[in-house]
Amino acid sequence: MAEHGHTTQDTLKYTAEHEWISVQDDIATVGITAYAAEKLGDVVFVDLPAVGASVASGKIVGEIESTKSVGELFAPVDGTVTEVNDAVVANPELVNSDPFGEGWLIKVSFTALPPLLSFDEYTALVGE
Amino acid sequence: MTDSTDSTEGVSSTDSTEPAERFSPLHQQHVDAGASFTDFAGWQMPVRYSSDLAEHHAVRTAAGLFDLSHMGEIVVIGPESADALDYAFAGKISAVAIGQAKYSLLLGREGGIIDDLVVYRTGADRFIVVANASNRESVATELVERTAPFECEVFDESDDIALIAIQGPKSFEILSQVPGVAAAGLADLKYYWSTSGQFEGHEILVARTGYTGEDGFEIYIAPDAAPALWRAIAETGAGSGLVPAGLASRDTLRLEAGMPLYGHELGLTTFPVQAGLGRVVNLKKEGDFVGRSAVETGPVDGARVLVGLRADGKRAGRADYPVRDAHGVQVGVVTSGALSPTLGYPVAMAYVDPAVQELGTELFLDVRGTSVQASVTALPFYTRKAN
Repeated sequence: MAEHGHTTQDTLKYTAEHEWISVQDDIATVGITAYAAEKLGDVVFVDLPAVGASVASGKIVGEIESTKSVGELFAPVDGTVTEVNDAVVANPELVNSDPFGEGWLIKVSFTALPPLLSFDEYTALVGE
Repeated sequence: MTDSTDSTEGVSSTDSTEPAERFSPLHQQHVDAGASFTDFAGWQMPVRYSSDLAEHHAVRTAAGLFDLSHMGEIVVIGPESADALDYAFAGKISAVAIGQAKYSLLLGREGGIIDDLVVYRTGADRFIVVANASNRESVATELVERTAPFECEVFDESDDIALIAIQGPKSFEILSQVPGVAAAGLADLKYYWSTSGQFEGHEILVARTGYTGEDGFEIYIAPDAAPALWRAIAETGAGSGLVPAGLASRDTLRLEAGMPLYGHELGLTTFPVQAGLGRVVNLKKEGDFVGRSAVETGPVDGARVLVGLRADGKRAGRADYPVRDAHGVQVGVVTSGALSPTLGYPVAMAYVDPAVQELGTELFLDVRGTSVQASVTALPFYTRKAN
């Protein structure tokens, strides 16, 4: 992703549900962390919300399936979905190969950001 | 994101008073190879090394190396051991030739399945019973009890035996070239036969058995010698596409091959005939065996039966998901399921009402609230091409 492909992980925000959020103006780009992708195993199916859908922070908006597991995607912010990553729907393995880049999942326009974890806080959470 | 991992890897132990977690004698090899670990019946075992899918495909196209040291090995020795095992198991163990192996069931008195296992005859009066890790204690306890009237002894040697499996079409090619491995008649070893051999001076038992639907071998060896054998096979096979493979790929491989997993397709309340294992119960053998009268009576009318299901798309039914008919009435439940890595479509095994077991019956999987159409299909989903 050109918009944030070079963003280092320590400038991203995180949730306890193992999602990362990259904020640019009023748009949050959301993906799952490398830790989450690793725990899931090979991702084989990604179900994302429709563009234009209203989402509420903490609510399930999608699913990420591996051969072994199902992960739920939560909206980290209140807002409206402005873009979904069609490439990841077509090639779910992008979640594993580049979770912080080409494996991004959705973009959400928001008015206010809820409290999110810093890189250090998230790193402490996953114990790595 | 939250992760609801299938319970496959942690098949519930019948005994939850398991002590501290156990480690395979090959643990360091797995750490060195970058494995992720999962709890399996109290053991920390590799779930994957790099990619479940890559490991799965390697086994289908080349070879995979599995650590199965968590499995239980219970040795039965004595002049009446064959008769004792005829009484203890559902199959006719006395008919197993020396060097041969047999898949069998340990039934409860009510006709349910305590464990499914492989029995190897390694001598006129000596058998090795290989049990699922989660059932090791209950199998050992039952065998001690059931064989008590016979002249034989039961030894749980699980802690003194490591188990390494090499599975895949290149298994023989690789294993026959591993330096230090000497096993007579490996090339001609038939499926479900074993031969004894040596690895660097240690006694090994090599069996042409497996749980992946491919050709392959399982090698029993002393724990001390296991790491050297693991490394030797890994190094020999690396150029042929062999990779270490974890429990995640083992599960999708056995699912495609239509092989049941204890705790999913098999359990204490499941009769063999429901699981399609009626042929494993030998009602023609003379004499009583544990579970015989219950199995002869059979399960209640209308008891659910195991079927294969296939769906289109990418969404897999998974363990415990409801199976419904066209009217939305629940007619079954999924016991195992995945997007089949080899076939590319979702497959599942499920227990369904007999009324909907016919091949081709259209059913619906309740995939977390979404109805996914599936049709009853023959097991196994995948059969390897003949050599």
